Formats: sequence, C-alpha cells, structure tokens
Amino acid sequence: MKRRGLRRWISNGMVVIMAVAVVVAVMPLLLILGTLVVKGAGSINLAFFTQTPVPAGETGGGVAHAIVGTLMIVGAACVIGLPIGISAGIFCAEYPANPLARTTRFLADVMIGTPSIVVGLFAWTWIVARQRHFSGFAGSAALAVLMVPMVMRTTEELIKLVPNSLREAALALGYPRWRTSLVIVVRTALPGIVTGVLLAVARVAGETAPLLFTALGSQFMSTDLKAPLAALPLVVFTYATGPYEDWHRLAWATALVLIIVVMLLSIAARLATRQRFDRKG
Amino acid sequence: MTHLATEKLTAMYSKFTAVKNVSLTFPANHVHALIGPSGCGKSTLLRTLNRMHEMTPGGWITGKVLLDTEDIYAAGVNPMQLRRRVGMVFQKPTPFPTMSIYDNVCAGLKVNGRPARKETREIVERALRRAALWEEVKDRLDQSAIALSGGQQQRLCIARSIAPEPQVLLLDEPTAALDPQATQRIEELVFELKRDYTIVIVTHNLQQAARVSDTTTFLYLGHMIEHGPTRQLFTAPKNDQTEAYITGRFG
Repeated sequence: MKRRGLRRWISNGMVVIMAVAVVVAVMPLLLILGTLVVKGAGSINLAFFTQTPVPAGETGGGVAHAIVGTLMIVGAACVIGLPIGISAGIFCAEYPANPLARTTRFLADVMIGTPSIVVGLFAWTWIVARQRHFSGFAGSAALAVLMVPMVMRTTEELIKLVPNSLREAALALGYPRWRTSLVIVVRTALPGIVTGVLLAVARVAGETAPLLFTALGSQFMSTDLKAPLAALPLVVFTYATGPYEDWHRLAWATALVLIIVVMLLSIAARLATRQRFDRKG
Repeated sequence: MTHLATEKLTAMYSKFTAVKNVSLTFPANHVHALIGPSGCGKSTLLRTLNRMHEMTPGGWITGKVLLDTEDIYAAGVNPMQLRRRVGMVFQKPTPFPTMSIYDNVCAGLKVNGRPARKETREIVERALRRAALWEEVKDRLDQSAIALSGGQQQRLCIARSIAPEPQVLLLDEPTAALDPQATQRIEELVFELKRDYTIVIVTHNLQQAARVSDTTTFLYLGHMIEHGPTRQLFTAPKNDQTEAYITGRFG
C-alpha cells in the first residue's frame, strides 16, 4: 500500500517535470512570435507587399522585390532539387541493399547535418567565383543542394512505409518492377512525399547564410536569375543591421512575413498528411 | 488432363530449403488444397507456381513447374507474362489504396496494353460478377477501394486477379483475415470459379480444405507427405503423419 503511494508520487512528479519541459520548449517560439507581432505587425500594409524600397533614409516602401526574389530563388531550387531528391529517394527505398544506395544514404545523412553556410561557400566557389558575378541562380543551386538530402530521406522513409503486400499484389498481376514502384508504391506514398517536399521548401525558404554570398540581395524588382536577386531573409539581414529606424521597422515586418510563410507551409504539410489518414479511414 | 504440375521441385531461401523435391500434378478445373503446419512450405510451394518466390531476396528453385507441359522456369519465359496467366490472391486483402474500385479491377488489364474503354467496362463488370461483388459495388465503382469491408476487399482482389483471364488462380490463405460469414462467401466463390480456372488454395483451416477442395496435399517440413482426393485423405489417410495432423494431434 505504502509502495503504491510512493509510485504515484514519483509518477506525478515526472509528469510535472515533463510538462515544465514542454512549456520551456515552446516558450522561445511563443516569445519570437510575440516579439515579431508586436514590432512588425504595425508595419505590414498593402504598400509593404506591393512596393519596392525607397532610397535610404526616406520612410515608406515595401519588400515586393524580395517576395518576388524569394519565389524565384526557391522555385528554381525546387526545379533543380526535387527531381534529384525524389528520384534518389525512390532508388534508395527500392534497392536498399545496393552499395550505391547505402553510400548515398550515408552521405545524405551527413549533408543534412552540414551547416548551410558551407553549402553557400560551395556554391560561391563553383558558380559565383567562376562566373565572376553574384546571381539568383547561384542561390538556387545552394538551396537545391540543401533540399536534396532532406527530400531524399523523407521520400525513402515514406516509400518504405508502403506495405510490401501491395508491391507483391502488383507483381503478381504481372506488373514489371519499375511500374510497380511508380504506379503503386510511389503513388501510395505520394501524399507523404508532398509533405516532405513542403517541409523542405519551408526550411530552405528561410535560409540566409547560403544566399549571402550567392544571390547577394538587391534593392530592385527583378526576376532575372542570372543577376543578383533580393530575398526575404536577406532583407531581414540587411535592414536589421542597417543604421535607419525605418529599415529596422521593415526588418521586423519582413521577419514576421517570413515566419508566417514558413508556418503556412508547415500547416499545408500537416493537412496533406491528415488527408491521407482520412482516406484510409 | 494435367494442367499444372511440379517435377522434383525444390525451393530455397538462400541456404534454407523450404520445399524438398516435390512432384505434384494439378488437373484442370479442380480445386487443390495445400495443407500442413506453419513453416511446412505450402506458401512457398504456391509462390513457385507463379514465380513470385524468386522475388523474395535469396529465393531460388531447382526442378520444374509445368504449365500445359511448358516449363515456366525455362529460359525465355518472361515471368511478368507468366504472372498474367497465373493469378494470385494473398492472405491480407491488398486493394490498391490510391485507386477506385473500378481501377483496381482494371489494374491487371493495363499492363497488357489497355483494351478499349467499352470493352474494359464489360470486363470489369464480368470480373466483379464472377467475384460475387457486382451487386454490392455497382453504384460506387468510382469510390476508393479502401472503403469496402475486409471480405469485400478480398473479393475485389479476386475480381482483380481474374479480370485478365488467367488460367490458374492461386489463393494464399485467402480467408485467414476474414470473419466466418465473409469466409463462407469466398468458399462459395471458389466452388463457382473452378468451372473456369484451375485453383490452388493454401489454407490453415482443415475444414475449409475439406469443404472446397477436390484434391489435397499434406506437406510437412518441406516434404510432400501425402497427396490424394480430398475425401480419401481426410477419411482414410494412408500416412500416419497425415492422420495425426488431420485429427489434430500435432501441427
């Protein structure tokens, strides 16, 4: 009897400790969101989304150029990175024991842990230094390199979740192996793969370091990937470290927009997953 | 008329021998049951009949499997084309979750160069009717196959297997995951289907083997112990091990 009371006390104590840990873990996120809303929300208006920057020192202007720039850079990164990442993921899942697959898997795990500035440096060396000018494309290449291992590993894990019985059922119907993989296995895992892609996009959309010395940033509206391009994270960096009060205001607002975009992507990813489970009943 | 036969068939997983030197004949338009305790090799034997065994890593065979006197393991036989002639239904219902009921039935047709749309509709209806599922799903062919009950899903899988008009139907414990009522429907179906197909069924359920099959093979530890007409094997087994198994003394 006494023992049971002691157990209950320990159990309750542990639950309290874990609850405190959860609060501590969530606190920074809430503080960041709160600060951003307090300092940035006031600066968000129509002009913020539709106008380009005004000359330094003047008030007003917006970050339309950076929104367009981020869309261009991340879009091009997806065009380069997604086909490679998804294909490599399918390969690693379908031929798990293949030496090439093992090596690729190991390297992808290493790459996921690589600091993004290293990837930026890589893009600088291979693209910027050779072409002798900064470009949005160099930024896209850096982001694509960051996306590939993330997309690859998610794709692989989700394909592995598809029951082997489905694969066998398709093979028993006379499906060739490649067709089983694409039409049955990948198709079944697709909602999960989309989720992984959205999360990877959310992750690289906020990357600053690899863009600093590749896309460089710009004050002008441009869609030219061959020239320096603006991007939301770069605007935050430039404006937050600049000397003008109005810049600081815009930096806060941009940071808020950036985090909202990332949150929306994450929510979209959740919804894509939820839909999958709904259909399974 | 011998339709399907094995000759000195041995099936291995890497170095483990699951089926040892089995020679069997399966005459056409009969139901054959493979029975025996877990691990006796009955599923492996079944999977050699449509060359699914070799899809398991390490799976290989020696000996022959003859389909209409043609060795299906001979060089030049395309296993994909073979599997369109030898359909298979698994223990767990395996409808393709991303496809509608209609597309599930079509799934095996598409690999053979899809027939014309009108013709496809007729094939789907015929396959579903034969699988005794048509009346239950005819109004919702475009809905997800996942919404069906377990028994309906299994009949859908049977419809999917027979839509491409195979010659042989392999059933690997097709009712193991189903309730008694659904089981009964599948058994009735098997009885109907033997008019058109040669059927080989693996089952753990001895009553089921006795009910649906014409001939029965008892396997133990990879060896074929006894093979004969079902009634004879169940009422007057020649082998002591067979008798011990069917009377429930081991297995």
